[in-house]
Formats: sequence, structure tokens, C-alpha cells
Amino acid sequence: MAALLQVRALTRRFGGVTAVDALDFEVAEGELVSLIGPNGAGKTTTFNLVSGLDRAASGEVLFDGRRIERLAAEKIAALRIARTFQHGRVFANLSVLDNVLIGAHTRLKAARPKLGPIAELLVALVGPRGVREEQAQLVEDAKAILARFGDRLTPRLDHPAYSLSYANRRRLEIARALALRPRLLMLDEPTAGMNPTETAEMEAIIGDLKRSGLTILLIEHKLDMVMRLSDRVYVLDDGKRIAAGRPAEVRDDPAVIEAYLGHSRIGETRAEAAE
Amino acid sequence: MGSFLDYTVNGLVIGDVYALLAVGLALIFGVANLVNFAHGSVYTIGAYVGWAAITYLHTPFPVTLAIVALACAALGALIERLALRPLQGRARIAPLLATIGLSFVLDQLVQLVCSPNPRAVPAELPDWRIPIGGGSIGPMDLLIAFVSLTSAGLLYGFLRFTKLGYAVRATAQDREAARQMGVNVDAVNSAVFAIASALGGISGLLVGMYYNHIDPGMSFQATLKGVVAVVIGGIGNVPGAIVGSLILGLTESYGIALFGTTYRNLFAFALLILFLVLLPNGLFGGRKVIDAEPLTGSFIAPSRALKLPAPLIAALTVAAFALPFFATSPYLLQVLTNAWLAALVALSLTLVSGTAGQMSFGQAALMAIGAYASALLATDYGVSPLLSVPVAGLAAALIGTALVFPAFRLRGHYIAIATLAIGEIVGLVILNWESFTHGALGVTGIPPLSAFGYEVTSARAVYWLCLALLVAFALLQMRLINSHIGRTLKALRDDEVAARSHGVEISRYKAIAFGFAGFGAGVSGAISAHLFSYLNNQTFDSQLSLLAVTMAILGGMGNILGAILGAVVLVGLPEAFRFAAEYRILIYGVVLLLLVRFRPQGLLGTV
Repeated sequence: MAALLQVRALTRRFGGVTAVDALDFEVAEGELVSLIGPNGAGKTTTFNLVSGLDRAASGEVLFDGRRIERLAAEKIAALRIARTFQHGRVFANLSVLDNVLIGAHTRLKAARPKLGPIAELLVALVGPRGVREEQAQLVEDAKAILARFGDRLTPRLDHPAYSLSYANRRRLEIARALALRPRLLMLDEPTAGMNPTETAEMEAIIGDLKRSGLTILLIEHKLDMVMRLSDRVYVLDDGKRIAAGRPAEVRDDPAVIEAYLGHSRIGETRAEAAE
Repeated sequence: MGSFLDYTVNGLVIGDVYALLAVGLALIFGVANLVNFAHGSVYTIGAYVGWAAITYLHTPFPVTLAIVALACAALGALIERLALRPLQGRARIAPLLATIGLSFVLDQLVQLVCSPNPRAVPAELPDWRIPIGGGSIGPMDLLIAFVSLTSAGLLYGFLRFTKLGYAVRATAQDREAARQMGVNVDAVNSAVFAIASALGGISGLLVGMYYNHIDPGMSFQATLKGVVAVVIGGIGNVPGAIVGSLILGLTESYGIALFGTTYRNLFAFALLILFLVLLPNGLFGGRKVIDAEPLTGSFIAPSRALKLPAPLIAALTVAAFALPFFATSPYLLQVLTNAWLAALVALSLTLVSGTAGQMSFGQAALMAIGAYASALLATDYGVSPLLSVPVAGLAAALIGTALVFPAFRLRGHYIAIATLAIGEIVGLVILNWESFTHGALGVTGIPPLSAFGYEVTSARAVYWLCLALLVAFALLQMRLINSHIGRTLKALRDDEVAARSHGVEISRYKAIAFGFAGFGAGVSGAISAHLFSYLNNQTFDSQLSLLAVTMAILGGMGNILGAILGAVVLVGLPEAFRFAAEYRILIYGVVLLLLVRFRPQGLLGTV
């Protein structure tokens, strides 16, 4: 069976720098695959390319056998690919609940009639029962998703997101992504800036998501966690894939050790690709 | 052929004048990240200082020039210190709004001190002309070329070779890094405002001498022209601003040659929109992607909105409806009727600029479209106002949305500039499309509102009608904001990138917001047209757009009750105290300045 996500020879250049260089990787249904590598390796750029926020110079991205590398971000979201952002991008002035409901935007059916924007406006102004029921159901679902994070977010349903702690914003972002009912969830450094307790908590949540059968593509710097969670790991450096395999195989790969501990030739220029 | 040369010379000379303006705007944008809407006011003040020096002190030209430069430099430094420096670290739109408030204040002060009547600036130059080809060049042309080239040379030398010039360039590249390296960025800002304002003032003086005519109304157009030139060259790019100015000058000059004077500004703004849509970074801005910083375009201060209890709102509404039974003064009812109509526009603005975060400086154009649609249908086609008013609302919704549509991918300052230009373009099209709109003559004899043979003409009836419309729109807008559309609009306001990543089709929702807002503003314009019975291209001008912005900010961006309150305060109170019109604008400017500085969340809080 073909993998859910297949990336072939994906390339992105910024001026003279090749941030992602003929990258190949794939993620099978139900797998948790991690992208690791030093800062500037091209991990986030890869996320941006797959999620449609950036355009590749060349290469292919196939999702469920369908080419998606030319699709806009909103179309890709409609295919049920969800992502989070490295630095956390919650909607600051929306409540916690509304943030999650935006995640469920693509699931709105009654509220977004096929007839077009004018019909959508009229339906919103009239508010027929179907729309209200759909809304109520999504709210229940959103609360269930937030409950995954224990008492972190549920007591703060009506709080604006700007009032949340950094760690809670990261959690909210994941909750928002889950509300899309993703077939593929892309997490960009979900534990960045978290203390060890919070990191362990997040690891447990990601582990639960994996066990529930969700396909996950993860970028993470905390290697212990990566090794424990991942089915497979791809190691990137300077936009290129330098190793791939099971966590144990990758850990001992000399190329990986060099990438993390420094290049053998002192003073070799390294491209500072925009992460 | 000769006339072609004349038009070329004329275009280059005007381009030189624009360049003096635009270079200042570019410098300010470079270091302060700000489109300075008060720049035209400084230019006007420069012209008036020059006029006063020549008229009262009989100063020779070099002395006049020095006086103007010094006075405007001082004014620029003052503006920076008092109005803008306290706003550092605020939403990026905040200083821009402050400069709009400043421009209201400065322009009205000029008008109060020097009277609104135009003045002549004697150039006192010999009247020989050098013939070249079939055209000719006069001493004024040479003087303008000389002054602007000298200024450009001095500016280049300053930026290239002086220590402060280095600091300016460093600050423009990376403000924080420059600060870390010990550059006094406040001093740099001050210096840049002084230099930019001196150049702007000189530009005003030269224009005054060239046309032998100055008036307080020249300020706004000057700002706009400077902005056009800067956008063409790539915002923040000084040499780009000069090239952009010359392109603008030539385009206008050839445009006048081909189509006539009234088309001049149409060309300028069409050029602006073309660049914003096709090449938003300008000719020299490079291809850097306009990056998506969250929360840069919106003016939403994180704050809790004041929640008024529902019974209070209901009581106020009932009181408003009952008022005509107690207050019989038709004047009071008329003032409040105007406030209700203004509130409809403020509601529309608070939806697009507050809820959806797309700062619109062109809301009056939607009123103009609605007003013309209804007025023309009623007068030229005999349609009953009962039908023409809703049709006008639809026309404003559709045409307005279609006009802004190309600008939907713009953000922050750019969308503000684009909507301002679109507003101007609508006015200019109305002016020039004589066969359809009656051009500058306007539409006269617009019939009063009527339905089923009953004419709505008494002050009471009109009051009730407008109030009922306002309440209906407010309720609809409340429903809209509480629906998934409201949520979606707030999401795209806060972070377009994150919204897209969750499947939100940005353009679709912006179109819904502009469409809904356009309908309300269009109906307000249409009703106004039937009440005024006369309408021309200046009835709904950019000043009204900016007033709507002030109302929405006063009430609290995105806040429905706030928009109504803002309209009542800004339209009702000055009328109630019978302020003369020029004082009213002055008050609007001061209100805007104070709000941006001390209460950005407005009276009732942003939503």
C-alpha cells in the first residue's frame, strides 16, 4: 500500500541558499515519523511546503496518491492535513473555545452551503436549526478535544488566547489542529519552551494520539522524546536528508553525529537557511 | 511635437516637486515604519510660511527657502517628539492613525489662521523662456530642478558620508540592532522627521510659486501623491521614491495632455492601485515577500469590552424611539437623524476594520455608490425610492467588494492605502463620467423618500425610519458576529497564515465582510441622497471616510454599540454645541490623537 504522504525530490531555494534540497520521505498511515536535524536544516521549510504556505521550486508532494504541491494552504487543510507552528500562532483575541472551533472550520457543512458566499452570509444571519445543531455539536467536540489536555485548557474556555501561558498556547494550537479531524497531523516543535514536566505531559498526549491511530509528522529537538515516540526518523542537514530509519539505527549513524556535533572541517561555511 | 516637449518638461518639473515630498515619506517609512499622513500638512505649512515671508517680510528667494526649511524642520521634529514617540511599541497602525489626526489638526489650524481662501505666492522671477524644440523652459522650471537636484545631492551626501547618515541607514535596516549597537534611534527619528519635513515644506513652497496659488485644501492631495510615488518606487526606498515621483509626474502630465485636467488624479490613483496589486514592493523594493506578522494590520488592543446589560440597551433603544414624542425641536431630530446615518457607516467600518481587521480608509465611497445608485434610479429612471434604496445597497455591496477584491491579499498599511485610493477613484469616476452621473453638476431634484404614495418628509418620520434601519442593521451585524463568520473574520484578522492553514478561504470571508458592510453604507448613502435632494462627487469624500474611522475607534474597534456611540458623539455633540465646521474637524483630529495615545481600545472596548 502506498504511503499516506509521499515527498519526492522536494526543493526550495531562498536566493542562493537551498533550504530544502531534493528531499525524499514518506509517512505511512498510522505512522509517527519525525524530522530532526540542526537549526537551519530545512525542517520548518519542509512543513511550509507540505502545508501549502510556501511554493517548492521543484519536486512532488503526494497525499493519498494525489499531487498537492501546487495547492493553496486552505485547500490542503480541506484534505485534512493539519499543522501547528514553531512559535505558536493562536488567534490572540479569540477565546480558547473559538480557537478550537476555527480548527473545525473545514467541517462546517450546514453553515457553509455549497451555493456560495452570499448563501453563507444569509444562512449565518438567519441561523436555521441545522446550523445551530451543527454548532452545538462542534462545541461539544471542541470541549472533548480540550479535555485531552486535562485541566490545562478546559477551565479557560472563555479566556482570550492572549491571556494564556506560552505552554498553554502550544497546547491550544494542537487542540485547534485536532479539531480539523486530521488524517495527517504535522507538529512543529510541540514542546519548544516547555519545562520537563510539561514536556513529559506533551509526550504522553502525542503518544495517545499515535495509539488512537493518527498519522503524525513531528519536528522536534528533544531527541529522547523523538526516539521514544517515533516509528521512523529522517535526519536533515543543510536541506538534505542525511539519514533515515528506525530511531536506534539513526542514533548511531556517524553522519547524524557529525551533523549534531559539528562538521569535521573547521570553518566550513554553512548555509543559514531561514528556518 | 512642441507640446509633447512642453508636457514632458511639465511632467518632470511636477515630478521633481513630488520627489521632494516622496523622499521625505520614504525616509520616514524607512526609519519609523510609518506612512506619514501628516506629511501633506507640513507641505502646506511650508507653502504658507513661504507666502507669509514673501508677503510680509519681502524676503528674497534664498532667505525664504531657508526660513521654510527651518520652520518645517522644527515642526517635523516636534511632530515626532510629541505625537509619535509615545506610540513606540504599539500596533503598527497606531502611529499612522495619529498622523491622520495630526493632519486634521494642522490643516484646520492653517485654515483658521490664514482663512480658507486661496492665496497667491509671488514668484518674482524674470519672465524669459528658453525655447527648445518646439517647447520652452522658463526660470521657474529651472529653479525647481535646481532646488530639487541640490536637495537630493545634499541628502545623498548626508546619508552616505556623515555619522548621523550612517545611523539613519542602520536604523532603517534594523532598528533593534542599531539600538543595540549604541545608535540613539530616537535622535535618528527626530533628525529624519526634521529633514523630511524641511524637504516637504520646500516642496510646498515651490508648488505655491509654480502655480501661484496655495490653499489649505492642498494638503491631503499632496500626501496622497507622495504616497503614490513612494509605492511606485518601493516603500522606504529613497532613490525609488525619486524615480516613482518622476514616473508619476510624467504619467499625470501626459494623461492631462490626452484626456484633460480632471483626469489627472485618476491616473495617479490608478497607477497606485496597479502597483499595489501587481508589484506591492514597488520597482526597487526587491521581491521580498511581505511577511505575515500576526496582528500588525489591526488596531485591536487586548482589552475586555465593556458589557452593557441588555435591559439598559433595550431601555436606551426605547428611549431613542420615544424621543420624538417629547422633543419637538426639528433641529434636534435632524441632528440625531444624521447621527443614525453616520452610525450605519461606522457600523460598516467597524465590521471590516475592527472585526475583520482590514483598515478601510474608503468607506465614504460605498456611501457615494449607494447614493448615486438610488438618486439616479429615482431621478433619471423614475424608480420608487422603496425599490431604489435597497437596490442601491446591493450596488454598493457588489461594486464596493469588487473594487477592493484585488487588494484582499494586501495587509496592514497597504490595505489602508489601497482603500483610500479606491475611495478617491470612485469620486473621480463620478466626476468624469458625466453622461451617467452628471459630473461636477451633481444630481439635483432627488425625490424625497416615499412608499405607497406616502412621503417620508417630516423630521419625525425621517428620524424613525433612520433609527429603525440602524437598529435592524445593528441586530443583523450582531448575529453575523456571533455566527461562524464573525469567528472566522476575527481569526483572519489575528493571523491570516494560521487561518489559511485551518482551511479558511481568506478572500471569501473578506468579501462577505465587505459585502455586508457595503450594503449598510450604501443604504446610508442612498437615504442621505434622498434627504439632501442634491448630490455631487464631493458629498462623500475621503474626509468622511476618515471620520468614520475615528467614530469606530472612539467606540472601540469591532464594537457594535461602540460604533453607534462614536457616531452620536462625533456627529451629535458638535452639532448640539453648534461648533463651526472648521472647529469640528479640529475636534475630530484632537479626539483621534488622544484616543490613539491614551485609550486605543475606545470607550466601550475592542471586540
